[in-house]
Amino acid sequence: MSEDYRTMWAELGLNLDNHDKLMEVLGKVYADIFLSQQNRPKKTEYLDFVMSEVHGLRIKELVDGKKQGRKVVGTYCTFVPEEIVIAANAVMVGLCAGADFATEEVERYLPKNLCALIKSTFGFKLGGVCPYLEASDLIVGENTCDGKKKAYEVFKGLVSDLYVMDLPQMKNDGARTLLRSEYNKIMAKIEKLTRNKITVDTLKKAIDIVNAKRKAVHRLSNLRANNPVPISGLDSLLINQIFFYEDPVRFTSQISSLCDELEVRVKNKVGVASTKTPRLLISGCPMAVPNWKLPAIIETSGGVIVGEESCIGERGSRNLVDNTGNTLESLIGALVDRYLTIDCAIYTPNNERRDHIREMAAKYKADGVILYAIQFCAPYTVEAIGIEKELEKDGIPAIRIETDYSQEDVGQLKTRIQAFIERLKG
Amino acid sequence: MTITGGIDIGASSLKLVVLENLSIIKREVVPATFRPLDTARDFLALVPKGSPIFATGFGRDLLDTEFNMPTITEIKAHALGARFLFPKCETVIDIGGQDLKIINLDTKGKVARFEMNERCAAGTGKFLEIMAQRLGYTVSDFSKAAEAGRDSVTISAMCTVFAESEVVGLINRGFSREDISRALHRSVAKRIAAMYKRLDSESSVTVATGGGARNSALLALLGETLSTIIQSSDDSQLAGALGCALSAIPSVIS
Repeated sequence: MSEDYRTMWAELGLNLDNHDKLMEVLGKVYADIFLSQQNRPKKTEYLDFVMSEVHGLRIKELVDGKKQGRKVVGTYCTFVPEEIVIAANAVMVGLCAGADFATEEVERYLPKNLCALIKSTFGFKLGGVCPYLEASDLIVGENTCDGKKKAYEVFKGLVSDLYVMDLPQMKNDGARTLLRSEYNKIMAKIEKLTRNKITVDTLKKAIDIVNAKRKAVHRLSNLRANNPVPISGLDSLLINQIFFYEDPVRFTSQISSLCDELEVRVKNKVGVASTKTPRLLISGCPMAVPNWKLPAIIETSGGVIVGEESCIGERGSRNLVDNTGNTLESLIGALVDRYLTIDCAIYTPNNERRDHIREMAAKYKADGVILYAIQFCAPYTVEAIGIEKELEKDGIPAIRIETDYSQEDVGQLKTRIQAFIERLKG
Repeated sequence: MTITGGIDIGASSLKLVVLENLSIIKREVVPATFRPLDTARDFLALVPKGSPIFATGFGRDLLDTEFNMPTITEIKAHALGARFLFPKCETVIDIGGQDLKIINLDTKGKVARFEMNERCAAGTGKFLEIMAQRLGYTVSDFSKAAEAGRDSVTISAMCTVFAESEVVGLINRGFSREDISRALHRSVAKRIAAMYKRLDSESSVTVATGGGARNSALLALLGETLSTIIQSSDDSQLAGALGCALSAIPSVIS
């Protein structure tokens, strides 16, 4: 990487030694997992380029934008409405982290037995390795699970501007009122930060931009229903991951042309796996970059992933926002309507998620479901037990996997996944 | 005449089975060393040239890489092996050196569902081995001591390190080695039973495999906990290798 980037990273306040170490590992892991895949669509070159410049060109864009007064809002949850951020001419970037870093430092602030996603967020801050976090003018946290809620109380002392948004826990009339009020508050906060007034016009345009991005991944999802599947689960997961920090308009155009290529593949019956390869649906906790451990095991064990029921996946990206309203109030109402359909496990009851898993399993012709949870994540680990039993009762093979970001359980995970795939092959 | 071989590269021991027309004509069990490939080569010399051989176990990938040998998971291998030893088997409890697995079979004997410990070796052969050492027993004497002991004390820790300090505490409080041995076996039986119950199986024919199947005290206490009889045979430890040798017979696979 060029010297320009080093200066930029230093100016952002990154710890260059730590950052070098992270980038070295990331580059190696990416090459091992992604570049070694057979028969990838040609347009995955875009993904390779985005990943090679993940802390380079994209950060430079953000930094250049900041010099022109374009603010950066960092987020950790699919409930933060990107439409509002874009409507104020700011940029939203996802900050969720998928690797253990500076673990000893993290454990000065957080207990050992806490989910890896939260610990990783702290590790990336304390290790000084995340340029997205350092480039953020505002960081938005949210009251989802207890772990995150409590961790934000501590995180507030580590970052300059953390804003915590409240979220309902039940989907009833009160939930709508609460979420609407939270969206109004965050809109005011972002207007103040950017000194831009959000109007019906700017919000409508922003809704269209984000809807277009969602439509692009919906199209990708539909193409994955084909057999042979035209693109790997790993590459599809990566697309869902970069969804959170790539420029939305560029993302839409690049993923659309990737989908054009996939359509041709489907027509010519070209795939990344044979038609007999067991097809798997992954359902559960989000997988943030570079948490590719489980998908890599699955796709090197004779299975192929055809869908992700996850925040970084279809749970987070399905359903569009109605853009027909003519007042700010009605557009915010449309946002509330859409975002309240997200079946996050913090909601009780959360039967819609169970329905969605079945719907996805049928639509993408999955032979089995892998219920994935990050260790110590109470909402998803508790839901998984009941879901597994229900699916098995209906003849849909399911397996629960609880793991973290470490490599120590890879041997056991491989055995379990391979045995599950053997079972599906019959 | 069909001769096939199966090799199980386990965490504690390496096993070989050679089958001829569905009869075991050769069985080997060798403790695991730093050189699993050397043992595997010794095994290969015992199988008639040209006979198909399948591999399983924690080190199966090694044989895949080195000898291009087909592999199956321990779960499939133990399911096949147990069903061969006990044709009515519905559930397999594989107590290995490092892993514990419970496997439910469907009516055709195929793997239906399974549970397996995630990373920690609690409740496995390794746990019992370390505890036996702590009490100054060989593994077989340890089982006999547990049979002779009384239920005077309970051990709650499942983590090997914590259980060890609990054992030290009990020794120093004057409990007999036999009673402590029994408590340790009971604690492992409890852990296995918890995993067994997670599968909600209604099976009646349960078979123990793996090295742990040789521990009669453990099987008796486990049977008591689950209110069933846990069956095992002298070949239970070889079930994984046996399953591989069976897998290598094409007609058995289909």
